[in-house]
Amino acid sequence: MNETQAIEPSFLLGRFTLEAIPYHEPILVVTFIAVAIGGIAVLGAITYFRLWGYLWKEWFTSVDHKKIGIMYMVLGTIMLLRGFADAIMMRLQQALAFGGSDGYLPAHHYDQVFTAHGVIMIFFVAMPMVTGLMNYVVPLQIGARDVSFPFLNNFSFWMTVSGAILVMTSLFVGEFARTGWLAYPPLSGIAYSPDVGVDYYIWSLQIAGVGTLLSGVNLICTIVKMRAPGMTMMKMPIFTWTALCTNVLIVAAFPILTAVLALLAADRYLGTNFFTNDFGGNPMMYVNLIWIWGHPEVYILILPCFGIYSEVTSTFCGKRLFGYTSMVYATVVITILSYLVWLHHFFTMGSGASVNSFFGITTMIISIPTGAKMFNWLFTMYRGRIRFELPMMWTIAFMLTFVIGGMTGVLLAVPPADFVLHNSLFLIAHFHNVIIGGVLFGAFAGMNYWWPKAFGFKLDEFWGKCSFWFWVVGFYFAFMPLYVLGLMGVTRRLRVFDDPSLHIWFIIAAFGAALIACGIACLLIQIGVSILRREQLRDTTGDPWDARTLEWATSSPPPDYNFAFTPVVHDLDAWWDMKARGYSRPLAGFKPIHMPRSSGTGPILAAISFVLGFALIWYIWWLAAIAFVALIGTAIGHTFNYNRDFDIPADDVARTEDARTRLLAQVNA
Amino acid sequence: MLLIIIPVMALTVFFAWKYRASNTEARYEPNWSHSTQMELVIWAAPLVIIICLGALTWMGTHLLDPYRPLDRLAADTVVPGDAKPLEVEAVALDWKWLFIYPEQGIATVNDLVTPVGRPLRFHITSSSVMNAFYVPTLAGMIYAMPAMTTELNAVANAPVESRGFSSNYSGAGFSGMNFRFRAVDDAGFEAWIAKAKQGTDQLTRAAYLELERPSQNVPARYFSDVDPTLFNAIVNLCVQPGKMCMSDMMAIDAKGGLGLESVSNTLPLNYDKYARRGTVFGGPASYVIGVCSPEDMADMQMGRAPAAPIAPELREAVHGAGLPLPGLFSPASTFTPIRLPSSEALAGPRRPSNS
Repeated sequence: MNETQAIEPSFLLGRFTLEAIPYHEPILVVTFIAVAIGGIAVLGAITYFRLWGYLWKEWFTSVDHKKIGIMYMVLGTIMLLRGFADAIMMRLQQALAFGGSDGYLPAHHYDQVFTAHGVIMIFFVAMPMVTGLMNYVVPLQIGARDVSFPFLNNFSFWMTVSGAILVMTSLFVGEFARTGWLAYPPLSGIAYSPDVGVDYYIWSLQIAGVGTLLSGVNLICTIVKMRAPGMTMMKMPIFTWTALCTNVLIVAAFPILTAVLALLAADRYLGTNFFTNDFGGNPMMYVNLIWIWGHPEVYILILPCFGIYSEVTSTFCGKRLFGYTSMVYATVVITILSYLVWLHHFFTMGSGASVNSFFGITTMIISIPTGAKMFNWLFTMYRGRIRFELPMMWTIAFMLTFVIGGMTGVLLAVPPADFVLHNSLFLIAHFHNVIIGGVLFGAFAGMNYWWPKAFGFKLDEFWGKCSFWFWVVGFYFAFMPLYVLGLMGVTRRLRVFDDPSLHIWFIIAAFGAALIACGIACLLIQIGVSILRREQLRDTTGDPWDARTLEWATSSPPPDYNFAFTPVVHDLDAWWDMKARGYSRPLAGFKPIHMPRSSGTGPILAAISFVLGFALIWYIWWLAAIAFVALIGTAIGHTFNYNRDFDIPADDVARTEDARTRLLAQVNA
Repeated sequence: MLLIIIPVMALTVFFAWKYRASNTEARYEPNWSHSTQMELVIWAAPLVIIICLGALTWMGTHLLDPYRPLDRLAADTVVPGDAKPLEVEAVALDWKWLFIYPEQGIATVNDLVTPVGRPLRFHITSSSVMNAFYVPTLAGMIYAMPAMTTELNAVANAPVESRGFSSNYSGAGFSGMNFRFRAVDDAGFEAWIAKAKQGTDQLTRAAYLELERPSQNVPARYFSDVDPTLFNAIVNLCVQPGKMCMSDMMAIDAKGGLGLESVSNTLPLNYDKYARRGTVFGGPASYVIGVCSPEDMADMQMGRAPAAPIAPELREAVHGAGLPLPGLFSPASTFTPIRLPSSEALAGPRRPSNS
């Protein structure tokens, strides 16, 4: 906006001035008031019911992978609301800005909205949901008591929260990037984005990236080292396999993102010339690097969801998964191939025909293992006995939706076609087709599937079905028009349109977005209603779906220690096998269980990181220096904390297990 | 692809219906989970499709490569041997398009006119940030990137009037960054050129620097004359007087560079003229303004004043908008070049670069 007004930063506040508070933008003021009222209400309620101590002790500082998993899901759901609010604003703007109308959003605001939408949906909705499910389920599925590094797990979560809060701060203090979600330079360089937006982008992703990377390391280690006796690699549940591959991808890909954002930050703060137009800088290098992270990232999101679909299909078909071995190999092949396709995101950069066709063909090759997976699910249904519970409904919706997204993906992988469709709404429709139809549907399937495990009662089915139908129908209404518009040559990120013949499609898309809004509302109602009706929905067996894997062998919710005795695995579907062989729970002989102790260091470090990020964004150097020293000091201080573990006495274990024995006896009676 | 997609979708629905839990007549085999024949089919069928598609992709990509000169004007018309493509230089500015017709010596803003049936060759660059040049009724898109050129070969087969635009988001004025595209017959094209020639506006370097400033929803403009070295200077980021072209800089570097001595031989300068405020910790962006001779070095070491101090008006010019730095450092203009190229050399046209 104020291109020509350079503000001389002050020592105390850096470049922060009152101008940075967007009180002149009515939309933001109203949003702020709503958020403030809501926030005060929530904080007030917590204070009134004296929940701060409970939350801090039992949740925020908890190193229990189950609680951390649930907190990830909460984070993902909250950020979904913000990301979706952005989506609705865009749909509304594009539906209004016809026939000479400028819509209701100025470029300055609209450009932030679409950037924030992408960043939030990928980093702070899809990633937390996927990580949350992996965190909750993987240790239970492999018969472990927790992850390898429980404190690290807590720290990872809070770093993700810290990044999310930083993004949310940009809404009311300063502004967010106006560059598109990958912040291509030179537009994102200091020359063309001198304000704080891109700095918010860089530091929120850097902080959240620390969390993602560490949680990747943690889960790989957990899966490799902590499996129950007898669970060889080829007897691992398929969800654990996909989680392993995803975390390998995270560990291999996220450092690239960290490095490329660090280089961009160096350009912006230190005056280096990695990605500038001149002095040997090369923006093309940024585009390559960010996509070498970016393409594996989409597989990081989708692979665990493939795992969820596999678990759900075999459970609700009452049947072994068809082609387990080929499913595993397909997953591994996708993991490797996902590093060989990044250039298909910019065929139009002019790399030459041979390079383009190489990357086009590698991209198509990925569709082979993906297709094999699709057939495996299909043949798992074949001669099964399918129960159409909510998770299965999401899975079938996924299968029907995802093949369309896969097909348009292969189409885009053909370079000559991409030269026409690149950056168009066809592309937008494609990746929403695979990310909503694949990742989000998978997260919802997983949420409905594992909710009874986490809380001991099922989710309400009526509202779940409302949510399902609104989402699925809404998705088709919202994105099929974008395929049409893309084929008509409409580019993404446009704010106003001249051609009146396009108008009707944007109105249909906006209608679809409204349906999705109903779907999200139903989801929230579903959760609320289920909590109110929890006694009717109660499951005391711990295995409400007649499922197959180890997490269903323990109670719902599982005790802190997950399993009183580590189970021994003889078969791929360990719990199914145990049930078939008439397994009986051990009722005596409990021993004390060694457990990690909660620690407040994670949230404290994350809070300091937030301050550091904020200070760097606003050039408040004294604060940045203090925060940095505090960060290092706290981390070092934590290493002197030797009070890190405790034993659950055998009596306590016996009491917990006896309670469960009585519950199970009631069920059987 | 539909060969495989439609059966999969149909089977999904069919299996879901047939093997529903309430249909107890359907076969139920809870342990059936492997079939080598089936596995073979589900891996082989997509593989065969991808092999065919891959071959098509390889050929299609090479055939339709935007860099490849055309050899056919239409499915049945070979390009005549003596046909010379019409060259058009396209520059993405903030936020409008500049088209330079070097043969005709004219330039337009947001208006592209081409003759029907003659091969066209576009050389595309950008002045500031990345864009993409896209005329859907003419050919596929290709990125327009600063300090680089991309190329697009195309032909218009029939008279058409439509719009072209930038298909890569480039900032606030992006939505309005479109232009009229017309393909007309040869006579119409000649007439259009003649009309454009009648105008009085000339696209000199100074006029370009004025034009380059950010502006939105710009109406079409015409220039009857163009500085023939302009496009080269745009690509090499040296339209402003007194700036060394990237090609020259690279040529020096290719010969081993100037060594440490050149560090004191730079001037603070903003390449990215209007918004550039420098970074916080780095010094102001600087560039080599001139190369000093061994005698100058000797003078400097002996403490003598440099032979030709910089002229104040020139310093003004190379400072761009002269915005204050946001950081702890005040705008530094402490670098003094030891010797400058003569003012005639700076004012005159640059020698063409190597690109």
